[in-house]
Amino acid sequence: MAKTVDQYFDHLRETRVWRSIFRSGAGSSTLKRALAIQQNVFLHLFSTKVRTRMLSFSATWYLGTLTLGTFLILVATGIPLMLYYHPSAPQAYADTKDLQFVVSSGLFLRNLHRWSAHAMVFLVFAHMFKVFYRGAYRPPREFNWVIGIVLLLITLLLSYTGYLLPWDQLAYWAITVGSNIASAVPVIGNKIHFLLLGGNAVNANALLRFYVLHCMILPLAAMFFVAIHFWRIRKDGGLYAHASEPATLRTAASRTAAVTEAQ
Amino acid sequence: MAEETKKTDDVSRRQFFVKLGLGSLSIAAAGTAAFAYQYLEPNVLFEPSPVVNAGKPDRYPLDSVTLDVNSGIYVIHSQEGYFSLSAVCTHLGCLTAWKPELNMIACPCHGSKFETSGKKIEGPAPKPLPWKRIWLNDDGDLLVDRSTDVPALARDSFVRV
Repeated sequence: MAKTVDQYFDHLRETRVWRSIFRSGAGSSTLKRALAIQQNVFLHLFSTKVRTRMLSFSATWYLGTLTLGTFLILVATGIPLMLYYHPSAPQAYADTKDLQFVVSSGLFLRNLHRWSAHAMVFLVFAHMFKVFYRGAYRPPREFNWVIGIVLLLITLLLSYTGYLLPWDQLAYWAITVGSNIASAVPVIGNKIHFLLLGGNAVNANALLRFYVLHCMILPLAAMFFVAIHFWRIRKDGGLYAHASEPATLRTAASRTAAVTEAQ
Repeated sequence: MAEETKKTDDVSRRQFFVKLGLGSLSIAAAGTAAFAYQYLEPNVLFEPSPVVNAGKPDRYPLDSVTLDVNSGIYVIHSQEGYFSLSAVCTHLGCLTAWKPELNMIACPCHGSKFETSGKKIEGPAPKPLPWKRIWLNDDGDLLVDRSTDVPALARDSFVRV
């Protein structure tokens, strides 16, 4: 009798190599499925159990997941773009044009990076509106809202620092205007402006600083806070059950939360 | 009695070392912060000199306003003499332009408008365009120091040839 794909997969999951990597092993019992989540370094950030109703489109519109999706696209397209881009005043603009007209698929990668960046800013705001109007920011989730604000600021800073990198007139004046806004901070404004640009005007130092911020410091900060953000969803009682739902469901949700917390 | 004294000594010694440790770490952290700040502040800037050579005065006809886009200054030849104005908008740093048909200086970014004396006519700019020090060197060239503001319309702020 021919084996089904599932049976092959179950067989694979019983092999010694597989078991050495994923300790939970085969089986679809509730325990095994919970262990598969709990014992995975990435998935253990999330709750081991989620009610399917909470995964319906209407509950969240998947806005947070979509934001993560755009972030992953931005990392995946940004790293290849770095291979052709020199953050130096004489070359930056020419490299941007080369990416568009000379490098194979360069135009596709650059545009994908650009549109994903726009989409990410939009989705972050949409996600925040959804969370706000559902009331999902309220205790015990208030600290995760604060983490969300930090992530909003990081997203906007990533967008702003990336704007300078094409090194064209639009970029130059946008950063001139934006950095002059920083000068408006009382007392230390001019100092912030000087340290941000590495000089008194937008020039080679500013380009290099924005490049390092855009490609290293801000993405690492984003990953750090995203990890906390996801972990806090589990710690704060899982995905938010809407206040308009029957009280029994909410009680059940908080009980699940208590169990999850104990794990 | 003696035992108790010893015990108290032990606790205070531990507290002493905890304080010593925390104190040393705080000093090290403050030093690192100062180090980081100094590192982030460039000591040498490869920026253009603030002093600009604007050429011979006869390049500028009477009652003319001339913008140099590279240095961001106006050289204006008025009845009272030559004077120089910063072309950088005091709002958010955009480069303004001279509009002869309107007889005013206008900023393309957010619509601030200025008289040729630098005084604001309208728009979000919080301050007038500053006057810059201008003088003649030994070769008879007009020099402008962009880093030095001079009082607007003051007698010494003009160069007369």
